[in-house]
Amino acid sequence: MSRLAAVFAKLEKDGRKALVPYIVAGDPMPALTVPLMHELVNKGADIIEIGVPFSDPMAEGPVIQLAHERALAHKVTLTMVLELVAEFRNTDAATPVVLMGYANPIERMGYQNFADRASSAGVDGLLTVDMPPEEAEQATQILRAAGIDNIFLLAPTTSDERIQKVASLASGYLYCVSLNGVTGAGHLNIAAVTEKLASIKRHTNLPITVGFGIKDGVSAAALAPLCEGVVVGSALIERIVATDPALKNTERAANAAMLIAEIRAAIDA
Amino acid sequence: MGSKLGKADFSQFPDATGHFGIYGGRFVSETLIFALDELEAAYQRLRNDPDFQAEFDHDLAHYVGRPSPLYHAKRWSNEVGGAQIYLKREDLNHTGAHKVNNTVGQALLAKYMGKKHVIAETGAGQHGVASATVAARLGMTCQVFMGEDDIHRQALNVYRMKLLGAEVVSVKSGSKTLKDAMNEAMRHWVTHVDDTFYIIGTAAGPHPYPMLVRDFQSVIGREAREQCLVQNGRLPDALVACVGGGSNAIGLFHPFLNDESVAMYGVEAGGHGLATGQHAAPLNDGIPGILHGNRTYLMQDDDGQIVETHSVSAGLDYPGVGPEHSWLKDMGRVNYVTINDDEALTAFRKLTLVEGIMPALESAHAVAYAEKLAKTMSPEQSIVVNLSGRGDKDIHTVATIDGIGIE
Repeated sequence: MSRLAAVFAKLEKDGRKALVPYIVAGDPMPALTVPLMHELVNKGADIIEIGVPFSDPMAEGPVIQLAHERALAHKVTLTMVLELVAEFRNTDAATPVVLMGYANPIERMGYQNFADRASSAGVDGLLTVDMPPEEAEQATQILRAAGIDNIFLLAPTTSDERIQKVASLASGYLYCVSLNGVTGAGHLNIAAVTEKLASIKRHTNLPITVGFGIKDGVSAAALAPLCEGVVVGSALIERIVATDPALKNTERAANAAMLIAEIRAAIDA
Repeated sequence: MGSKLGKADFSQFPDATGHFGIYGGRFVSETLIFALDELEAAYQRLRNDPDFQAEFDHDLAHYVGRPSPLYHAKRWSNEVGGAQIYLKREDLNHTGAHKVNNTVGQALLAKYMGKKHVIAETGAGQHGVASATVAARLGMTCQVFMGEDDIHRQALNVYRMKLLGAEVVSVKSGSKTLKDAMNEAMRHWVTHVDDTFYIIGTAAGPHPYPMLVRDFQSVIGREAREQCLVQNGRLPDALVACVGGGSNAIGLFHPFLNDESVAMYGVEAGGHGLATGQHAAPLNDGIPGILHGNRTYLMQDDDGQIVETHSVSAGLDYPGVGPEHSWLKDMGRVNYVTINDDEALTAFRKLTLVEGIMPALESAHAVAYAEKLAKTMSPEQSIVVNLSGRGDKDIHTVATIDGIGIE
């Protein structure tokens, strides 16, 4: 069983929901990434999504755009991202790691090359924001053969017919975008998400995580009962940036990860 | 060239999934798929709708001022001493460039689709002005996304857009230029996808944009082909057009693609020279990749990051290119060449002095290459150069290079 499947199976058995923090690899500096990943797990993360820095992150709001820019200022490459995941894997063999990013850096490395290297680094899934299923058949086959789940987005604008099509190609979980907008947007509509999740659930048994616009325990707790997991990105990155750079990396990581502890408590309550 | 020609019927592309060979496609986040499906369905319905076509043709004739002349530049041709050079005068269109052909078409689509808000990205400001113009005419609100650096460089066009009632949104992310303006327009679109029409300015982006921009711009090539037959009784031997995103070039080339005797040259911005890396010539010195919704040749580094480009001409200063050009390059149907900043500036001055026609710096790249090409040809042969825009907007740039301050 894959790490992702094992995590969702255990959560279901325990009656809990997945908490999925998102950080950008190398932001605000590469040395902070692995300590941060471990602290996120310590504070209650079940799966970690790692953003792969890209020069043109079209789906991101201002907070995550700046995170990409800070990482690129440190010349963080896809190869380095894989090295950071491998370093994390040295001391955490269980927590699934999903890379989230844009198609071009992966295309440049080559899908087979990427799949081989990501698999040996301990990557469990890939979410390519600008790679809808119509363009992804070959990549999905290559990834699957390497044991990597290809994770797709569903949006408020995704029709029922498309939900079926997307679900048929996806594995691991599906990422439901909570609103029409970019990451970190402020107009989350719980009623609309509830309705959308109900129609998604009619078409697939895959676990559903919900992201975009979840910033605290309140919004996470409102959504968690409707799905299998919640993703927290922009709010966490703001917390990371606000930590004192004079602190040791482990202390900075622990301080930033307090947000995850707060959200964990809220969704478990 | 005929021997290299691919077997394709060039009029039949993109294919049903929006691809030109391996290029093109639809690489966007899930939220936008519905909007692209909606746009494609509307366009497939309207492209053969007689009322829509009649209104488009009427607007091109009476608002844009088409057909644009095909002008025989005799004095310049004689001076060059080779082929006869003809200028397709897109600079004489309303708003001063070919861009308006496309914005009239897309705004009409927006109207038929019931959209009240349009957005656009712009680099030099020409597409922004052309978008603001048609929005004003149709009573639509218009927001134009423009990089902060470009806003400073193109103050005149920024003010023009404001006079036309548009809101100019300053984009401060990334390199603060055209590609970032396009990113920000996409972000705005994804947030307002229900009621907003995104007027993309070049023949790039996710399907169906490369197709519909090409179709709206193909009026250039259809007219030029007809004008050549009427004025000369034969097709031209060569076509020359500048290529940034490539909308004016594909508009000129497309109606001639199945005419095997017609050679085609797309002229990219060589900037300070290909060897310096400071240029905007993805077809000459780039690698295929994925950006702004399509697979195409891109200026990128070894890690797949998009790199900053350079051209004296803001309209060519873009790291990608329309996907149909990438395909035509690989098929060997079109030759993609470069002209450096210096050569373009020389051509700008030359055409102004010899013919009294001041080309846009973008178009000056095509002018410069046409002169080189004409010298290798005989006086019985002919070249059509797409004079895609007028040079008034560039006077400030040229004066600055000359060390003359004009405000």
